[in-house]
Amino acid sequence: MDALKYLDPTVQFILFSVLKIAVVFGVTMTFVAYAVLVERKVSAWIQDRVGPNRTAPPIVEFIPVLGPFLTRLGIFQPMADGLKFLLKEDFTPSYVRTVYFWIAPAIAVIPAFMTLAVIPFGSTLGNPDNKMVIADLNVGILYTFGIVSLGVYGIVLAGYAANSKYPFLGGIRSSAQMISYEIAMGMSVVSIFMLVGDLNLSKVVEYQAHGGWLVLKQPVAFVVFLVAAFAETNRLPFDLPESESELVGGYHTEYSSMKFALFFLGEYANMIASSAMMVTLFFGGWSLPFLGEPANGLLGGVLHIGIFVAKMAAFMVLFIWVRWMFPRFRYDQLMDLGWRRFIPLALANILVTALVVAFTNR
Amino acid sequence: MPQPTDLLFYAFAGLTLLCGFLCVANPLSRNPVTSAMFLVLTIVSMAGLFVLLHAFFLAAVQVLVYAGAVMVLFLFVIMLLDLKEEERRKLRKVTVGLGAVAVAAIAGILAKAVSGAVPFGGDKLVEGGTKPLGRILFTQYLLPFEVLSILLLVAMVGVILLSKKDLK
Repeated sequence: MDALKYLDPTVQFILFSVLKIAVVFGVTMTFVAYAVLVERKVSAWIQDRVGPNRTAPPIVEFIPVLGPFLTRLGIFQPMADGLKFLLKEDFTPSYVRTVYFWIAPAIAVIPAFMTLAVIPFGSTLGNPDNKMVIADLNVGILYTFGIVSLGVYGIVLAGYAANSKYPFLGGIRSSAQMISYEIAMGMSVVSIFMLVGDLNLSKVVEYQAHGGWLVLKQPVAFVVFLVAAFAETNRLPFDLPESESELVGGYHTEYSSMKFALFFLGEYANMIASSAMMVTLFFGGWSLPFLGEPANGLLGGVLHIGIFVAKMAAFMVLFIWVRWMFPRFRYDQLMDLGWRRFIPLALANILVTALVVAFTNR
Repeated sequence: MPQPTDLLFYAFAGLTLLCGFLCVANPLSRNPVTSAMFLVLTIVSMAGLFVLLHAFFLAAVQVLVYAGAVMVLFLFVIMLLDLKEEERRKLRKVTVGLGAVAVAAIAGILAKAVSGAVPFGGDKLVEGGTKPLGRILFTQYLLPFEVLSILLLVAMVGVILLSKKDLK
């Protein structure tokens, strides 16, 4: 560590940023892989099945006692899944629009990871200047919404590229759905920033560390944000772009192998990003009610990151749990809920918050 | 040695011009969806130019509103209309001539505006934060701001009136 002190500050900054990006990317990818496993296990429990319980490399079964247990947990399943996606034939149908067919999966994945850049996933690590956020932007939340709004292109272009009916319908549905719920989502966070007085996400966490979690002060905003997050990530009960029972597979019907896997990667990375956003905006980020001060040492910093990851994982489980508990909405119900219930509700919430802020603070 | 921000400026400016050109006159494809996608790229690279000017708010709103919402709706409409003739249509001499005149006129106005502009002092860099922007909008420019919002309201009412077939 001492050698680092003699480096140029710019070089240090670049070095730390690259390191943070690499670690966040790696952790997110691992999370995605294991979220798929959790998805399968939870669905199995809810439907009274067993779930993945026998994939394991040959060495594991020779470990006494522990071996069969590890196999039953299914923790080696994601590796087998990943290998399968890589090795399967990557088939491109003859009638697709090739260029869009190739770039659509990439466009679906990139925004999900870019959102993670502004999320403060910990206080500090080591020294106080070493903030645990990749980009400490002053317009953090606007950046997030800008990037999230680009996420729709992946799905729309996938639907267009396939050049056949069902994917096209899926693409059209997703563009309407995501634009509709983006409005409700954007409006729900306005009230939060009225209370905090800053768009920087680190400031939001700081405010909550001292003034209590925002979910208690803004329960309506939280509910609107949560439901909109389900719609934005295309998760059940709002997975209409995909809806297997009517559109075969929706926008990814024609995809196979790794390109198909990229859409799933994007979906789970989006889930992680929106879980992280909810933790940051409503559940105090890396802080706990009795652990509000930025960490001094290495241990405290790691503890804060651990708290953040634990909260995020809880939201991931919620996402998965809801998927297996609710039936899909009809399309008109989805639009009705978005435009006629949530947008007025979010607007009313802004108005009430504005009145409260105006009469109490200034 | 050029500053890294200068290099970034040239990169984004070049990208903006290139994508803008490919949006209106793509020699490889006359597909309207491709044009729309290049317009999205143009908007995003312009957002990059705003970031270099420290106008973070403008950059974010540029991406959020234009690239994220307006262009998605454009794409939506283009896909629904399925514009097949657009791809086959040939350029006519009259349209090219009129287009050239229009471009020359706009270029003339731009050149006049740029030549008349006062060089901006590099020492007092304006941070494009949300707070100062909001303050200016609601004090100095309150009237234009409210007039614009009325204009948007009128447009919205118009759209509802046009799209609802059986008004009671």
